[in-house]
Formats: sequence, structure tokens, C-alpha cells
Amino acid sequence: MDIMDQSPAASVTRTKIRIEGVSKTFDNGLTALARVNLDLPENSFTCLLGPSGCGKSTLLNMIAGFAEPTAGRVLVDGVAVKGASADRGMVFQEYALFPWRTAVENVEFGPMIRRMSRGERRKLAMDYLELVGLKGHESKFPSELSGGMKQRVAIARALANNPSILLMDEPFGALDAQTREILQEEMLRIWEKARKTVVFVTHSISEALFLADRVVVMATRPGSIKTVIDVDLPHPRERSDPAFVALERQVKQLVREEVDKLGVI
Amino acid sequence: MSASVAVAAPAAWMTLPRVKMALLRSVSIALFFLIWAVFSYANAHYLKLFNAILMPGPLDVFWTGVDLVQSGELQRDILASMSRVLQGFCIAAVAGVGLGMVVGRSRLLENLIDPMLEVLRPIPPLAFLPMMVLWFGIGEASKIAFIAYAAFFPIFTTTLEGIKYVDPLLLRAASSLGATQRDLFRYVVLPAAMPGIITGLRLGFGLSFFVIVAAEFIAADSGLGYLINDARTFFLVSQMLLGAAVIGIIGFTFNRLLRMLEARLLRWRKTSWT
Repeated sequence: MDIMDQSPAASVTRTKIRIEGVSKTFDNGLTALARVNLDLPENSFTCLLGPSGCGKSTLLNMIAGFAEPTAGRVLVDGVAVKGASADRGMVFQEYALFPWRTAVENVEFGPMIRRMSRGERRKLAMDYLELVGLKGHESKFPSELSGGMKQRVAIARALANNPSILLMDEPFGALDAQTREILQEEMLRIWEKARKTVVFVTHSISEALFLADRVVVMATRPGSIKTVIDVDLPHPRERSDPAFVALERQVKQLVREEVDKLGVI
Repeated sequence: MSASVAVAAPAAWMTLPRVKMALLRSVSIALFFLIWAVFSYANAHYLKLFNAILMPGPLDVFWTGVDLVQSGELQRDILASMSRVLQGFCIAAVAGVGLGMVVGRSRLLENLIDPMLEVLRPIPPLAFLPMMVLWFGIGEASKIAFIAYAAFFPIFTTTLEGIKYVDPLLLRAASSLGATQRDLFRYVVLPAAMPGIITGLRLGFGLSFFVIVAAEFIAADSGLGYLINDARTFFLVSQMLLGAAVIGIIGFTFNRLLRMLEARLLRWRKTSWT
């Protein structure tokens, strides 16, 4: 099934996440995912791309441990996922910050759960806030932060646990276009510094091609994998670069086919 | 992307500066006393619509208050009422918050206990007052139990709702950060339910104050309710009004204090409210 193992990097790195014949049928009989197989190498940046209803978020939630597959299994480091874990950090579209905790207290949450001492975890949290560019905003409450800042805090919070996997569910979907592009660049900068296996769900083709090593284009009805595309363009990528534009057009066509299957939307 | 849409200019009255607003509000209160004083004076001296003794003016009430302070009666009654309210309220707070938390965490318990309380809730607590006097006697116990009973309901309900309707996304976020079930309760459910719990406590306290007067009407030899009822027996209208005014002032003060405490504890909400 590994149709995408042409990149030299992928052949030397080991598989971090393995999705094995995973299906998900909801109680109402709706099949969200049907027999999905996918291997994600360690420290890779993968985007799950597709229209709403292709099961990309469902797949992400199963890697996170929030949902269980009806059939098949999800393996992380060869062990089946059971429940959420601090080793799989999650960033949500709606930020999901604790509104009663300041920015730095939000980032401290994971270390606090691990019983790290007060001073140590504060220092750690401040370092991560600095990494995401929020130095000076540490004592603000989420209600005092802009959407982009909230998502920076959420990213710092997930990173502060030093997870080996970072799962992101349309993290920039609620942000305006400018903030979104800035955060995409920030994301790559952070990923360079703190290498993780990133699984990033999006319905934005441009976002997927800008960020990912590989883009998993998902099919609808039922949700499954349509194509896996390796993006070999060097970073930093330029959206007006002819190669980028050509790839974008090609992926757009693929996604369009899936959207058309949904009928009138 | 969406450019932020220009907000329409606020109406003129909304732009009144804070000082002007405060001034206007003080004028409102002054006006109230003025109307009262004028009406009472006019009735006594010119209109003679009814016996002047039925409508004393604000100054009469004030001097009655001075007399009662000098005799020590007013302090004693305030202290008696407050001590009952505090004791009853504390029992209600512990029981309401405690039970609300336990019930909020278990579907089984919720379905077992909530219907029971739903049966009792629509019955005005006052309906049980005579019975409480029979059960707990005419001493302090009956009044404290009555207050505790009345204040329990809002506290229990808001705690239960607060615990039950925690944003599931926050729970997911916390568990992906390594939180165990215990951590989730302590660090997510509890703080998320806090605004509800505090509102419940404030409502419960207000209600305690509400019902203490009635309880002291029935069986008491002290307290602000007793002060009013005693005045009724002796036809001391000024004293009746004074009792009511003192209750109003204390209730207002406590509500203010609790709101300040609420604003302090929930300061993280501040910007989302304005």
C-alpha cells in the first residue's frame, strides 16, 4: 500500500503512526471511514486534506485516542492507541484554552499534571511562549487575546509536554487570511526547532501544500484515502511559484471530484 | 477572510460618562425619599386621605432607628437575623455544592435524585415552615433549618448544571495533555463550573435573606422579622418601615459584596463581558 515511499527521507525513517484497515461506523449507521491504511514516518509533516465529511477529523480523533475504530487499529510506535495520551499533543480549531487560566498557566497545564515543580514549569512555559512569539503576553487571560494569539498559546501548550506527535485539527481554520499565513510560517519555523510527527487536518489546499511533506487527499462517501502526494518543493515555499501553482491545480481537481460526489452543498 | 465590520455608533444615552450616570442614579434615590417625605407630610397636614399614623415620613423612620440603636434593640435583632442566615446558608452551601458535584458526575445518581428534588422544588419553602417549627421547635434550629432548605435549591441546581455542562472540548484538551479522571475534575470541571456555583451561592444567599423574615414572624423573640411583627402588634408603623429598610440595606450590601467577590474570583471573564 505504500505508494508514496519514493522520497529518500521516508525510506530511512521508521514508521511512527500506522493506520491498519481502520473503519468507523457511527451509531446511526453512517460510515465515516472505510478500510483506511496509512503509514506516517517519524518526524514527518502530513496533511489530511479533503472536504467536510471525508472523515479526516474522525481519523485524527482516532490517532488522538478520542474515538475508537469500529474495525482495524491505530498503532503508535507499534502499540495500539487506547485513550488520550500526553505523548500525542492536540491543537483544536476552537483553541480549547482554559479560560480561567492565563496564557502561561495554560502552557503550564501539562507539566503541572506531571507534577513538575512550580518554578521549573513556569520557566518551561515561558520558554515555549517565547518560541511561539508571545513573550510579554504571559499573564493575559484567553479572553484578552486575539484568535491568532490564542492559537499560539494552544500550540505552546501542546509543545510544553514535549509530545512526539502533534495533532492539529484545522488549527488555523477560524483565523483571518493574513493571520493564517503568518501562523503557517510560524508553524514551519517551530517544527524546524522542535521536530515532531505532525498530522494536520485542513480543507485548504494551499495550506496543505505550503506546510506538508505529504498530503493525503481523502475521498468522501465513504471516507477513505484517494491519493497520497509527496510534496518535494523546498522550504520556504512560495505560493506563486509555478511548481506550487501546478501542484495546487492538480490537487484542486482531485478534491473537486470528491466535493462533486456530495451533490448540492 | 473577514474584515471587521464597523459597529454602528452607540445611542447617545450609552455615551453618558460614568460620573453623570452615577449622579443620575443618586438623584433617583434622593427623588424617592423626597416623594415619600412630601406625600407623607401633605397627607398629614393637608390632604388627610388617611390617618397620618399609617404613613410616617422618612425622618420619623430615621429617628425611630436612632432610638432603637440607643436601646440596643436594633443591633441585637440584626445580629440574631444575620447569625441565622449565615448558619442556614452555610449548611445549604455545603449540602448544595457537595450534592450537586456528586450528582453531576453520575447519570445514575442524577436520575435517582433529581426527580425527587423536582417534586419539592415548586412548593414554596414557606409552606413547610409551620412543619419545621413542629419538628425543630421554636428555637434557633427551626429557623436555621428553614433557611438551609430554601437556599439549598438554587445552589444545588446551579452546581449540577455547572458540572454537567462543561465544554467537552476542554476535557479533550486536558486529557490530551495527560490529565487523569481525577485531574479532569479538579482542574477542568471544577473551575469550569465555578461561575455557576458562585451565581448559585449568591442566589441562595439572597433567598436566605428573603425567608428569614417570614420565619421570624412565626416564632421568634429576636431578629428583624420579629422587630416588624412586634411593631405590628403595637401599631408602630415607623418601626415596621425601619425593619424593612434595614433588611433592604443589609441585603443590598451583601449582594454588592458577593458581586465584588464574584468579579474578583472570575476576573478571567472580564473582557468577554464587556
